[in-house]
Amino acid sequence: MDALFQALLLQSGYNAALVAVGATFLGIAAGSVGTFMFLRKRALVSDAVAHATLPGVGLAFIIMVLLGGDGRNLAGLLIGSALSSLLGLFLIEWIVRRTRLYEDSAIGAVLSVFFGFGIVLLTVIQTMSAGRQAGLQSFLLGSTAGMLFVDAVIIAVGGVVALGLIFLLRRPMTVVAFDADFAASSGLNVRRTDLLMMGLVMAVTVIGLKLVGLILIVALLIIPPVTGRFWTERTDRLMLIAGGTGGLAGYVGASLSAAYPALPTGPVIVLLCFGMFAVSLLLAPQRGVLAALLRRRRFQIRVHYRQGLLALARGEPIYDRLTISVLKKDGLIRADGVATEAGRAQAAKALRDETRWDIARQIHQDEALSARYDGLTQIEDVLTLDEIAEIDRRIGPPVGVPA
Amino acid sequence: MNSAALELAARDGETLTPPVTESPLSVRGMTVSYGEKAAVFSFDLSIPAGSMVAIVGPNGAGKSTLIKAALGAVPKLSGAVASFGQDVDAVRHRIAYVPQRASVDWDFPARVIDVVMMGLYRDLGLLGFARKRHRDQAIACLKRVGMDEFSTRQIGQLSGGQQQRVFLARALAQNADLYLLDEPFAGVDAATERTTIDVLKSLKAEGRTIVCVHHDLTTVTEYFDHVVLMNIRKIADGPVEEVFTADNLQATYGGRLATAQIDQLHLAST
Repeated sequence: MDALFQALLLQSGYNAALVAVGATFLGIAAGSVGTFMFLRKRALVSDAVAHATLPGVGLAFIIMVLLGGDGRNLAGLLIGSALSSLLGLFLIEWIVRRTRLYEDSAIGAVLSVFFGFGIVLLTVIQTMSAGRQAGLQSFLLGSTAGMLFVDAVIIAVGGVVALGLIFLLRRPMTVVAFDADFAASSGLNVRRTDLLMMGLVMAVTVIGLKLVGLILIVALLIIPPVTGRFWTERTDRLMLIAGGTGGLAGYVGASLSAAYPALPTGPVIVLLCFGMFAVSLLLAPQRGVLAALLRRRRFQIRVHYRQGLLALARGEPIYDRLTISVLKKDGLIRADGVATEAGRAQAAKALRDETRWDIARQIHQDEALSARYDGLTQIEDVLTLDEIAEIDRRIGPPVGVPA
Repeated sequence: MNSAALELAARDGETLTPPVTESPLSVRGMTVSYGEKAAVFSFDLSIPAGSMVAIVGPNGAGKSTLIKAALGAVPKLSGAVASFGQDVDAVRHRIAYVPQRASVDWDFPARVIDVVMMGLYRDLGLLGFARKRHRDQAIACLKRVGMDEFSTRQIGQLSGGQQQRVFLARALAQNADLYLLDEPFAGVDAATERTTIDVLKSLKAEGRTIVCVHHDLTTVTEYFDHVVLMNIRKIADGPVEEVFTADNLQATYGGRLATAQIDQLHLAST
């Protein structure tokens, strides 16, 4: 536990601290650009982009070794992965535009073929003399172990640069995600904006390869915006919350991995993201599951209450157990189901309001009023007291409900 | 070359420059296709400035495609488009487009005012933050369509008519000279229809040009002064009283429009 606290407080050594800072920036960048990808409904493209990096990693390693260099040079591996994911992205675009296949098929084909080819290359590298300690497997699930100072710097700087570009592009990306036709009509280049967005996704993926790994980086792009969506109805805030979620997961995840080097970083970061997602799913005040259940239950009780009163007023027997319990709780009926004094008064009022509504709908034949004739809206909330008094003059004196 | 010849040459050039009042939208020989099926075929059209135009035709006649392609939102196969005598790209700031309401996802995380502010996109630029001036401008546009009270409401909570009015407010924020609207009256309540037509008529009174894709034949004569009848090809276009005739409608809709329906429109017989 001490090791974890030390890591969280950036006290586990210079390298570990830098990795944690890098992971934070990476998480913020991933959550922010993920927001626009999620709103544009292209989340799965990023998964294909991530898987398409693997052959690039393998080929870059082989080429660097053949040129007599160190095959593990991170900058070289990242350039290779960027080129091959770019090719994957281009292929998806091309398939969708030039064939009759839909995007999901194109994603499936590109993802699996590139990943399969990448795995073959990794196996080949294992048999090379220089490949024995290559450690390229860490690109699959991410690892902070053996990360060099320069690697951490690349991640941190890359994350900050990506973040700056996201900030510059936030407005066109929002407009395109909401309404692409409108965006095109006002002179925005939709195709270019989409490509820039996917380019940013690719950049985040490539930068995050070493840390999170290509299999799980998609989670760092998608889960933060989905989490944020539970808490806000505004795109700018969604971007901030998603960035915060991703940044926090990156920071804590990298620290955990530094404290317990056997833990792969990627899965830890993803599980942290998922934790925040699960809490949001359950507890968010407006869009959360519990809030929705509660609202539904309250609404149900209002319906039963109203129906119960109308049944009392018409002298109909009540069998529904929820209705009985709701009325009993308010002291409107006795244990034997007979209406109390208060119950009869309320029932008479409910019946009178029904008649008032009928008249009101004859007088005001407009849609705004009809829309509120849902059986639950109190007529006092819709009409003024004067209007109700006018209606009452037409109905005549109130009629009591017989006991 | 003597001076007289030079003068003549200059005058010659004069006749080649376009007249000052150019059509807000003119289309020549435009064809648009989805796959190998033409949605709009060899279309010629010139919208008169300051008019209120209905584009009318059956489902699948290419009405929406016509305006989308004219705006460059859908690629065209052939033909040319000019707006105010120039390339459309050069005059985009003078054009506002209102897409069909159903074309966007209304569960998008945005408030009413955020959508209207999208109409100020050009003013805001890349880096600019929205200032009070922009917000005031957006609120003023919402007021014009009777939606200012809803400015902070999430767009998904609005009724269909209210959503349509938000789209109209966004177009007003663009402060354009040419307004292109795709089915602005489809599936809206009576209050929204009234508000929309009032706003459009006031825009026209300010000298702006309005083009609506329209499907309700019974309101064409009441709302519009110019009509384009189309069914992939152009059938007719011109002033409503001349062009909106039983014969032209029959030609536009083929057998799909019953004689009884045309009779109900009380058109002058030709």
